[in-house]
Amino acid sequence: MSVRVKVGGGVPRERDGECRFAIHRQEKRLGTVAPWQQKNLEGYVGFANLPNQVYRKSVKRGFEFTLMVVGESGLGKSTLINSLFLTDLYSSEYPGPSHRIKKTVQVEQSKVLIKEGGVQLLLTIVDTPGFGDAVDNSNCWQPVIDHIDSKFEDYLNAESRVNRRQMPDNRVHCCLYFIAPSGHGLKPLDIEFMKRLHEKVNIIPLIAKADTLTPEECQQFKKQIMKEIQDHKIKIYEFPETDDEEESKIVKKIKDRLPLAVVGSNTIIEVNGKRVRGRQYPWGVAEVENGEHCDFTILRNMLIRTHMQDLKDVTNNVHYENYRSRKLAAVTYNGVDNNKNKGQLTKYDTVEGISPLAQMEEERREHVAKMKKMEMEMEQVFEMKVKEKIQKLKDSETELQRRHEQMKKNLEAQHKELEEKRRQYEEEKASWENQQRMLEQQKLDASRTLEKNKKKGKIF
Amino acid sequence: MAVAVGRKASQSEDLRNLNLSGHVGFDSLPDQLVNKSTTQGFCFNILCVGETGVGKSTLMDTLFNTKFEGDPATHNEPGVRLKARSYELQESNVRLKLTIVDTVGFGDQINKDDSYKPIVEYIDAQFEAYLQEELKIKRSLFNYHDTRIHACLYFIAPTGHSLKSLDLVTMKKLDSKVNIIPIIAKADTIAKNELHKFKSKIMSELVSNGVQIYQFPTDEETVAEINATMSVHLPFAVVGSTEEVKIGNKMAKARQYPWGIVQVENENHCDFVKLREMLIRVNMEDLREQTHSRHYELYRRCKLEEMGFKDTDPDSKPFSLQETYEAKRNEFLGELQKKEEEMRQMFVMRVKEKETELKEAEKELHEKFDRLKKTHQDEKKKLEEKKKEIEEEVSAFNKKKALLQSQAQQAGSQPTKKDKDKKNSSFT
Repeated sequence: MSVRVKVGGGVPRERDGECRFAIHRQEKRLGTVAPWQQKNLEGYVGFANLPNQVYRKSVKRGFEFTLMVVGESGLGKSTLINSLFLTDLYSSEYPGPSHRIKKTVQVEQSKVLIKEGGVQLLLTIVDTPGFGDAVDNSNCWQPVIDHIDSKFEDYLNAESRVNRRQMPDNRVHCCLYFIAPSGHGLKPLDIEFMKRLHEKVNIIPLIAKADTLTPEECQQFKKQIMKEIQDHKIKIYEFPETDDEEESKIVKKIKDRLPLAVVGSNTIIEVNGKRVRGRQYPWGVAEVENGEHCDFTILRNMLIRTHMQDLKDVTNNVHYENYRSRKLAAVTYNGVDNNKNKGQLTKYDTVEGISPLAQMEEERREHVAKMKKMEMEMEQVFEMKVKEKIQKLKDSETELQRRHEQMKKNLEAQHKELEEKRRQYEEEKASWENQQRMLEQQKLDASRTLEKNKKKGKIF
Repeated sequence: MAVAVGRKASQSEDLRNLNLSGHVGFDSLPDQLVNKSTTQGFCFNILCVGETGVGKSTLMDTLFNTKFEGDPATHNEPGVRLKARSYELQESNVRLKLTIVDTVGFGDQINKDDSYKPIVEYIDAQFEAYLQEELKIKRSLFNYHDTRIHACLYFIAPTGHSLKSLDLVTMKKLDSKVNIIPIIAKADTIAKNELHKFKSKIMSELVSNGVQIYQFPTDEETVAEINATMSVHLPFAVVGSTEEVKIGNKMAKARQYPWGIVQVENENHCDFVKLREMLIRVNMEDLREQTHSRHYELYRRCKLEEMGFKDTDPDSKPFSLQETYEAKRNEFLGELQKKEEEMRQMFVMRVKEKETELKEAEKELHEKFDRLKKTHQDEKKKLEEKKKEIEEEVSAFNKKKALLQSQAQQAGSQPTKKDKDKKNSSFT
């Protein structure tokens, strides 16, 4: 008796890219459904060491992460990055985006390699100098979208090669969007940007320079922003649910404080004998890493210490897959570039589960079947016609044969008739000749007798 | 399964090495990764190749410390078939989905030429399934249940001499598709001195025949040493047993013989512990990775090349999946059309041929009948002539008759005259 291997059950995938967030979470938790047989181990086996093996390998491979920062100039983006990674990513040598204002929005990236505790991280920071700084900011999000798409494209091409080598993952894993601390609500530019990018990248909205808001104002502002985000159906990065109690609590705490209000600083100040990063004001020091002053620590913990891997996973499993499926759906079917139908997988929905290659296979099979049918039909028609012709030929043969027979009969009849006639004639002739002979004989006899009589002298 | 994410460090224009002025916290990244993997659970697929009765099921039971079901196979199988069974095991907080694939009937047939084929087909089928999933438009790789074979335990019968030719042939066919770990089964039938010779013979035969078995990785410091020491003992000579025997004051897995007790977990008695270490505790993840990054990639590359895909050369523009698919499609459609045309042409030709044939036949028929007709006509003419002849004769005869009759009549009315005439004639 054997139990067949079954592909993991789980929840059926939704077709619409939008629901992928939820499904992704659920499937991760549920794992597979029960066609597997559960077995209990009665002793040491050793695969409990697997996580260590995975750990070792990942450390050896090293990690990568691409972070994008978007916001108007002067909102403290570079300072925040420096504070987050505790390093001088942006310095006088490598100025931040606000110092490099361009006439049009550029998208630039800087790569740094940082090591900590034996773990190597290749960090790429993508910034957008010039974003929102022009007078007319229409389409200032386009270079950003193009950049993200081009990274997806690169990855897709690398993944689709026949000879695949190790693929560096340069896709944008997270986008920190800086909201100016107006205290009122989101600006139209903010809304527009987030609406256009929420299905391409994980957006984490931040309130920049939060030290200009009092806690109450901040609270108000946050509520307003979240409401607007919901109203516009913007999907910001969703934290995964966990079964773990502890983690759930932390996640809930983060969710309550979205969007995170942050403060950054490049300077270290001494406060009560401790050296902290902070901003010195005449009225006090706003400490970056103080949870009561701002949400910086929450951001750092979430972004780096707990959810960095998840951000990468969501990018890979959701955003990239959405991009990929749209791209590939545009290619298949009639080979016509269906780019005008981008995003609308309408009549092709039925075969979405099939890869283009499998689809070609399918078509090939269909075609072969069609050809067979055609061949059969043609064969049939051919046979039929041939039969007809042969039949006709046979018919004319029989006809001709018949006529021939008839003529023969005719001739024979005539022949017989002739024979008959001849016979009759012969008969008649014979009898007449007989008669004549008899008559002759009689005459002869008569004349003889006469002669005799004469001789006898009867006649004197 | 996550695609191998490698890092080609340094080659970027401005890749800077920076120092951190404090604890940032990304050193938890490996832990984050591990947590995710552990929540998802791990999966491992083992293929056991070996003759019937060589101890495959027992060894699996011993390795994983559990009784997997199944009745022992008979020797009457007509061919080799593969039977896969799946189990979910848990050790501390790690869940493992284990699939054990057995080759039933291997080595039992008289003609073993094709024995390796079902195995290769099975392995390829698993690769194919993964490839198909990977190529789908809407795919879901992150929760795809991986059925590819990660390790193949090849059970060598303990003859004590050398590998059988079936073994060599099969391993040669499998070595580029799966990680092969050769083991000597039922090693308690080989004495210690014979064992050493047997092992070296096997290894040298493998080398001389170019069979690539799985190499335990030695590139990571933590495991390099243990892997290197263990590799020396290949192929592992194992003994399996699920029965426990009391040894000292403990129960241990062992086989009881009249001359002693073979303890499975005693390293002096057999290499079981080494196998368990290497296969499960140290290199399970590496086996999975090798399967994915080497064997699967090879399969994929061959399959795609077979279908006519190729990477464009470096000086033309970069590879675009879209374009390749489009080009492929057009080519494909063109091909189909051509085939259709060809078939039509063939038919047209056949029709023509048959037509000429039939026309020929028709002509012949007409000719034949024309000839017959002519013959008829000739005959008819002859008959006509004959008829005329007869009629002439008849009419001549009739005339003669009539004449004679009239003569007779005349003569009859004057018979004396005749005599007189006669007389007269005679006197004169």
